[in-house]
Amino acid sequence: MRALTLPVMAAFAALLIYAGDDFAPLGDPEAPASTHVAARYVERSMHDTHTPNIVTSVLADYRGFDTLGETTVVFTAAIAAWCILLTGRKEDDS
Amino acid sequence: MTGRHESVIVGVVTRLAIPFIQMFAFYVIAHGHYSAGGGFQGGVLLAMSTVLPRIVFGAEESRRQFSTRAAITLAGCGVMIYFLTGVAGLLYGGSFLDYGALAFLGEDHAIRRYLGILIVETGIGFGVWGALVTVYDQLLDGAQPV
Repeated sequence: MRALTLPVMAAFAALLIYAGDDFAPLGDPEAPASTHVAARYVERSMHDTHTPNIVTSVLADYRGFDTLGETTVVFTAAIAAWCILLTGRKEDDS
Repeated sequence: MTGRHESVIVGVVTRLAIPFIQMFAFYVIAHGHYSAGGGFQGGVLLAMSTVLPRIVFGAEESRRQFSTRAAITLAGCGVMIYFLTGVAGLLYGGSFLDYGALAFLGEDHAIRRYLGILIVETGIGFGVWGALVTVYDQLLDGAQPV
């Protein structure tokens, strides 16, 4: 099994390097990510939301549902820490 | 007892620094419209303003001012602010999280969305604040011999 590890890892690395070659260059205006809705966000952020910082208007307005999920994830992490560590402490007491 | 220092200098500097940390945190939250910043970053700063007295004055004294239960409640309130802003958009006839529909925020649609972003950023800030303090407190309790 251990003898297999290196060839499998090497194969995955080769696959990733091969696939990485297909990425659009950084800042390419013709890249699919830049041609869909991104241009609309850049053009209309000031008009739609009165917010010069496009990052904030995308984060909280255009992609607001996404950020609601993110906030819930943070809250869930706190609840999980609360539940797990509280349970551990009770077992110590008894 | 974890991290109790009897140093006067550390205590005084902490007491002096905390209001400024909190003021800067609210600045970061409110100024997210114009520069780097926003709810997550401001929330972390607010959490640090609560964790700092926990480190300097000890958990016991600090928790009398801001308990773990208050922190988890605050985190829930933050998420609730965000969620209810979305529901308010539904009640005013728009879609979920459509701040443009919130008529009580003014006449102009752009201003409504501007203020809507500010409200949800505040919610995010409170949520992160409470969550981080809760995680810190719970980890500290786990580290102490019971």
